[in-house]
Amino acid sequence: MKIRLTSVFVDDQAAAQHFYTEILGFRTKHDVPIGEKDRWLTVVSPEEPDGTELLLEPLGHPAARTYRDALVQDGIPLAQFAVDDVRAEYERLRALGVRFTQEPLEMGPVTTAVLDDTCGNLIQIATQPE
Amino acid sequence: MADDLFKALADPTRRIILDELAERSGQTLFEICGRLAMRHGLGISRQGVSQHLAVLEAAGLVTTRREGRYKFHDLDTAPLRQITERWPLPDTSAPEENTP
Repeated sequence: MKIRLTSVFVDDQAAAQHFYTEILGFRTKHDVPIGEKDRWLTVVSPEEPDGTELLLEPLGHPAARTYRDALVQDGIPLAQFAVDDVRAEYERLRALGVRFTQEPLEMGPVTTAVLDDTCGNLIQIATQPE
Repeated sequence: MADDLFKALADPTRRIILDELAERSGQTLFEICGRLAMRHGLGISRQGVSQHLAVLEAAGLVTTRREGRYKFHDLDTAPLRQITERWPLPDTSAPEENTP
């Protein structure tokens, strides 16, 4: 068994594609129309083009919004991405106008920060020692 | 109000929360929980931390602020003034008596 795909619910797939590729720096892997307006839209890291895909999934179910909003209110991220240097990434993303709900924080061996993906979710970035 | 203050300060976990908010004000519940768990080895449930924050808020030591979809917790040390007003500190700025 492998984890090949994980997903986040997004308010707007076009806006999500922009944020996850142009701002965060992922690459679109699959973009296939499904039905009238939805797409099977996945992105991958350019560092691992054949690695785990992130599905930017349309927020279809009303309960998903309730769940997500409750997490956001308490600052709880829905996904975590690994970066080489949280502080450098924080500076880079902040310069691009990204909103952080948690600035870089060293917690033992791990440094984390939490950002808003502008599509309804909080995302944690983390640097862990090898 | 004074009872709320002393009750809030009487608990070691709540004092740690104040320490962490003193380091950086404006934290989400997630950040506070992370700090308690990762820096202090305190595995308290989110509900438990929320209850501690409610006690601190009742004492006026923590205020919450909504900003868009997020909620942040800020430290307010103003209520601590009640302590030194009730039991004033010695005036350390005065010259010492034995100074020639």
